[in-house]
Amino acid sequence: MTQDIGQIWVYLAASPLMGLTITLLAYQGAFRIYQRSGCNPLANPVLIAVTALVVFLSITGTAYETYFAGAQFVHFLLGPATVALAVPLYMQMKRVRAMLWPVLAGLLAGSLTAIGSAVLVGRLFGASETTQLSLAPKSVTTPIAMGIAERIGGIPSLTAVLVIVTGILGALGARWVFDAMRLRDPAIRGFAIGVASHGIGTARAFQVNEQSGAFAALAMGLNGALTALLVPALARWMPL
Amino acid sequence: MLSALTQLLIFQLAGEFVARSLTLPIPGPVLGMLFLFFALLLRQGPSAELQTSSQSLLQHLSLLFVPAGTGIMLHLHRVAAEWLPLLLSLLISTTVTLIITALVMKLCQRNAGATGDTA
Repeated sequence: MTQDIGQIWVYLAASPLMGLTITLLAYQGAFRIYQRSGCNPLANPVLIAVTALVVFLSITGTAYETYFAGAQFVHFLLGPATVALAVPLYMQMKRVRAMLWPVLAGLLAGSLTAIGSAVLVGRLFGASETTQLSLAPKSVTTPIAMGIAERIGGIPSLTAVLVIVTGILGALGARWVFDAMRLRDPAIRGFAIGVASHGIGTARAFQVNEQSGAFAALAMGLNGALTALLVPALARWMPL
Repeated sequence: MLSALTQLLIFQLAGEFVARSLTLPIPGPVLGMLFLFFALLLRQGPSAELQTSSQSLLQHLSLLFVPAGTGIMLHLHRVAAEWLPLLLSLLISTTVTLIITALVMKLCQRNAGATGDTA
């Protein structure tokens, strides 16, 4: 018995199996491209996978809601993964004790700068209020940033993309900025990358220097927690 | 793997519960992360199982952003309309954040050295 291919497509496109499968396929394909490029930050796997999926869904005329019915099973794991960030954070504790005050001061200054400058520059150049709110948590790791955006009335999926672009900018530009500042200390270089550009910057820092990578990972975790406290408080006290 | 995943879910649930019941503005999973962090401080480290499980979960962390990131297709008109402020904001903010963080740490370290502090 042969069924019309069109009918099969209609059935499959509406089933959660489809969304889940194409998510995993797109990501694995994107990750292979990233590895082949020698882990070039421009070939960020999330950026490639998202682009491929948006093109695919648009061409096939599939609604995002239909796609998400399947993709939500992957999305759900963001929660436990955020909780799991506590483990690498704990593993870095010994290194922090040795540099406690510079780390705390740099964290507070960097976190406030990241939030404030993103919102102010956006406002200055005419970004809408919702867009400004989506920009505020752009320097922290995606699961935390999306949670913050949702809480303060930004658009989580816009924030997710802004976070990725921020990570790529930091990973590409940090070396140039630090060299211009004549800053050589790998601990400080790593920590500043982690504060400004979270996991993507951290991955880059690990490639350059082990100590830089450890401090970047620490900064990413600490800034995630601090930004989650600061952004909602700032949004309440300084209405846009 | 199973008991580690259960632990993570319990901490997330605790985070969600506290965030909702106290109407805190912090996302539940972030609170769950802080709870787990303090639990690790008290227990002086994760079990081997929790460590390997969270490692494997975090190894493919980027995969977990894909479904939400794809949601950008609902907001393409916004990106098209506001691409300039978005790009400038990200570019300037990222650069300034790198500079300020590094400068403050450097100054702080120098002061600590001058006062004879071992930090």
